[in-house]
Amino acid sequence: MSINPAWYLSLSVVLFAIGALGVLVRRNVLIMFMCVELMLNASNLAFVTFARTLHDIGGQVLVFFVLVVAAAEVVVGLGIVVAIFRRRASANADDLHLMKG
Amino acid sequence: MLHVTYLIILLPLVGFAVLVAAGRRLGDPAAGVVATVAVGASFLVSIGVYLDLLTVDAPVRSYSQNLWTWIPVDRLQVHAALYVDPLSMTMVLFITGISFLIHLYSIGYMKGDKDFPKFFLYMNLFVASMLILVLGSNLLITFVGWEGVGTCSYWLVSFWFTRDSAASAGKKAFVYNRIGDVGFLLAIFLVYDKVHSLDYQVIFHRIPEIGPANVTAICLLLLVGVMGKSAQIPLFPWLADAMEGPTPVSALIHAATMVTAGVYLLCRVSPLLHASPDAALTVAIVGAATAFVAATIACAQQDIKKVLAYSTVSQLGYMFLAIGCGAYTAAIFLMVAHAFFKGLLFLGAGSVIHGLHDEQDLKRMGNLRAYLPITFITFGIGWLCIAAVPPLSGFWAKGDVLDNAWAAHPALWVVGIVTAALTAYYMSRLTGLAFFGSDRWAGSHGDTPEPDPAHAHHADGAVSEPHESPWIMTVPLWILAFFAAIAGVMAIPDSQFSLARWLDPVFASTLYHDNLSSTALWTLAIVDAVVAIVFVVIGLRLWSQRADRPALEGAFLRGAWYINELYDAVFGRPSERLAAFCADVVDPRVIDGAVNGVAGAFRGSGTVLRRTQTGYVRNYVLGITFGTVIVLGFMLTRMWWGG
Repeated sequence: MSINPAWYLSLSVVLFAIGALGVLVRRNVLIMFMCVELMLNASNLAFVTFARTLHDIGGQVLVFFVLVVAAAEVVVGLGIVVAIFRRRASANADDLHLMKG
Repeated sequence: MLHVTYLIILLPLVGFAVLVAAGRRLGDPAAGVVATVAVGASFLVSIGVYLDLLTVDAPVRSYSQNLWTWIPVDRLQVHAALYVDPLSMTMVLFITGISFLIHLYSIGYMKGDKDFPKFFLYMNLFVASMLILVLGSNLLITFVGWEGVGTCSYWLVSFWFTRDSAASAGKKAFVYNRIGDVGFLLAIFLVYDKVHSLDYQVIFHRIPEIGPANVTAICLLLLVGVMGKSAQIPLFPWLADAMEGPTPVSALIHAATMVTAGVYLLCRVSPLLHASPDAALTVAIVGAATAFVAATIACAQQDIKKVLAYSTVSQLGYMFLAIGCGAYTAAIFLMVAHAFFKGLLFLGAGSVIHGLHDEQDLKRMGNLRAYLPITFITFGIGWLCIAAVPPLSGFWAKGDVLDNAWAAHPALWVVGIVTAALTAYYMSRLTGLAFFGSDRWAGSHGDTPEPDPAHAHHADGAVSEPHESPWIMTVPLWILAFFAAIAGVMAIPDSQFSLARWLDPVFASTLYHDNLSSTALWTLAIVDAVVAIVFVVIGLRLWSQRADRPALEGAFLRGAWYINELYDAVFGRPSERLAAFCADVVDPRVIDGAVNGVAGAFRGSGTVLRRTQTGYVRNYVLGITFGTVIVLGFMLTRMWWGG
């Protein structure tokens, strides 16, 4: 017995959309961070689904790459967030517009 | 000694190098001695080469020496090669010989000049360039010498460059020569395009392949080149202004180097000219016109050197006339004779100028025969030579040219004989004003129009009597006077001096006057002689007692037919206006407009685009999201509808 892959893909799309919306609408840097993670894992889910459906191990391999990249990103990203938080005592992304042209 | 031909060029170059390295330390007069010895040694080598060349059998009497391959590029193979034949040998002998005498004379003339070593440095380079020019075995080597001569003439004409007129005269000489050089360069390109070689002998063998129209084009382009170098109409005014240089330089330019280069080049390419009667006729007409125009101008000049300068232009016109009539030997004969007597006249004029403390105005001379006896005798010989009084060399040389003109184009002969009359007249005028009559130099000194900076040692302000020049200046005068007087022996047919027999392997062309009957030749000779003597007498009668005859010196002639003014109006002023237009309109609007416009466009687009850089992360994310959606949407539509 197996579940129709369409369900997994639908879940993946929903998770991705929630993540993208979160990045767009939230101001808190930490929340935005978590939303990015959500998007990454939504794509991981899609990869695994396709790997299973198409019998291609490549999809699962890619997931490991994504995980590694996500881990590295978290290390760097959280480091930056902590540094900003120390200076400004706030985690509002809109306060950080020094790069305005 | 044929295998050491390269030494002829190398020796003056070594002299040049020594003077570059140590000229200042050698100073006055050692630097001059070094330069003179270098040229003298070159002359001795030339004699050795000449004697060796005589042992080569006559029909192919030539020797070429390949020094190294200069430009080996695919089909363009240019060798640094020298070519010795009777023509180039004739040139080399009189170039080195007369240059040696002029160098010797300069040691005396330039004494005391602060740039004494520099003067000899340029002189040596000048001679070396001229030797490269005549010895080159292909057009490109000749061109190297051609440009070297042009450059050195620029340096020497503007030698006293602190004087404005000298500086601009040098520039003028340079620019006129540059105009001619364009023609020469185009001719070289055309030759290469047609025969894929620049070597003279190869070119001459392939004349039929070039085609008559192209031969004519090549000849006319070369004519443009030699017009500049040999001061023919329309590129002649520079030679009169070149008188701003020190007098030995004038002598060198007029007698041995520079202006004879054009005549030499046309003789060198005589097979081409022979194949193109149209081009030859053009050369003859240009020559005759130049001879006449320059002679009329010379009749009314006041500056002793200007008279001589225009007379050179006129004599060069004769040489071109001879070349145009196919009488190359006559042209070379006149060139050699002219080298002697014009060198002599210039050095004599230099001696006069030197003796009169830098006075060049004929109207302020007079009766100098009493004060400068040696100069008078030698200059007098030069005067009678150029006036073509028999039996001096000028008579034979000019007679040769006129006979050929009569045989080829009688109309041009008429111009020639009128010019001969004018020549006799203006040279007698010059001699009458300078050496006869009353002393006009006394008391007029002090406001000379163009003081000669070389002679600062004279500038003590005191009016002293004219003095004869030192031996180092008079010895060259005597030697030149001797050769100017006897150079006529080259006209004796079939003798061992005969120039025609000597040059026969080069030209191998029958001279036109071979077709003339002996009666015609005698008649022409008598006409020449009578014209010369009559006009010498007229000139002397008119000008030896009175110095002031305004009726004979029209403003038109004094102003040299207003040719400078014409060029100024036709080329100079429009060019100035064009330059002003470029400076006032093109530069600020077009050039600056383009540069500032580009900068402005970037600034404007930046001003607009900077609004997108809000600094808010959410804006960027929105952009990325929309971008992704658009790209994905595009791909999906392609998938569904594009197949």
